[in-house]
Amino acid sequence: MQKNTPDNDFEIRSLDANCINDSELAQPFWYNIKYVITGILFGIVFVKAEITSWFRIQEMFRLQSFHMYGVIGSAVLVGALSVFLIKRFNIKTINGEKILLDQKPFNIGQVIGGLLFGFGWAITGACPGPLFAQIGTGVSVTMYSNYFV
Amino acid sequence: MIEWIKQPWPWFIAGPLIGLTVPALLLMGNKRFGISSALRHICASCLPAKIPYFKYQWTKEIWNLLFVFGIFLGGIIAANFINNPNPIQVNANLVAELKRYGITNYSQLIPVDIFNWQALFHFKGLLFMVFGGFLVGFGTRYAGGCTSGHAITGLSNLQWPSLVATCCFMIGGFIMANFILPFILQL
Repeated sequence: MQKNTPDNDFEIRSLDANCINDSELAQPFWYNIKYVITGILFGIVFVKAEITSWFRIQEMFRLQSFHMYGVIGSAVLVGALSVFLIKRFNIKTINGEKILLDQKPFNIGQVIGGLLFGFGWAITGACPGPLFAQIGTGVSVTMYSNYFV
Repeated sequence: MIEWIKQPWPWFIAGPLIGLTVPALLLMGNKRFGISSALRHICASCLPAKIPYFKYQWTKEIWNLLFVFGIFLGGIIAANFINNPNPIQVNANLVAELKRYGITNYSQLIPVDIFNWQALFHFKGLLFMVFGGFLVGFGTRYAGGCTSGHAITGLSNLQWPSLVATCCFMIGGFIMANFILPFILQL
């Protein structure tokens, strides 16, 4: 853990898709609990819709099921509509801050990295989101079997 | 009610709920929905800060780590309390294909025939878990986002680089699943 902020902190962090979202407000740590709750709901959806399933991912890449396309497609539609409404009506955050959405500059990493991630996605059947949910399901499954056997 | 929740959820329930995460995080505190950056924050917090890519104030992104911790907890809850007791239903063609490679166990969401601790000590298991995991980790960071950051948040915000990235995810997946994975499964 480093104490000093490097001068180019913003630039380094902005290499990431979603890494530069700062709030000017200094809030107590427990304000972050809402992100844990959002994550919990999200994780449950991942597992229950079988997005964490290697089998579902294989079906998707073999065009054998509409399920994953339906999930991603409807998620994008709902997301796009929400972003449109936020911009159109200039909706503020619950703390009254203006909502900022940055432009993503193109770089070649999106092609090469994208392809590599696609390879990995098809092998492991996991993108990073479901990965964390998988660890959750996996830990509990092993804990359970140890408990009962 | 609980019986209904235990069943696998259809796409038209799950998709919109995932889509709603985008405005939810924006409204809560200007956070952009994305998950794979958490991998980077974990590295930044664990590694000695000599690598420029990991040298930033990761503590400012603590919300992202808490978010993925929530996903982890959600996984535990879903697996223990509202778990679907039946085997996962997949396309008959896939069942037939996978049977040839000895994958017959559909009791879990992931094929336990491939992903288990014993397999980790064999070449095939190593390839699946470690090499595959490396591709996911390296690929998402190089692309600057994964399915959530690019495909859902990026496309929602009508960013064409995200569309490029999403297309590359799909192309990579198609190539791997249809042309390369069959050879790996035969190992």
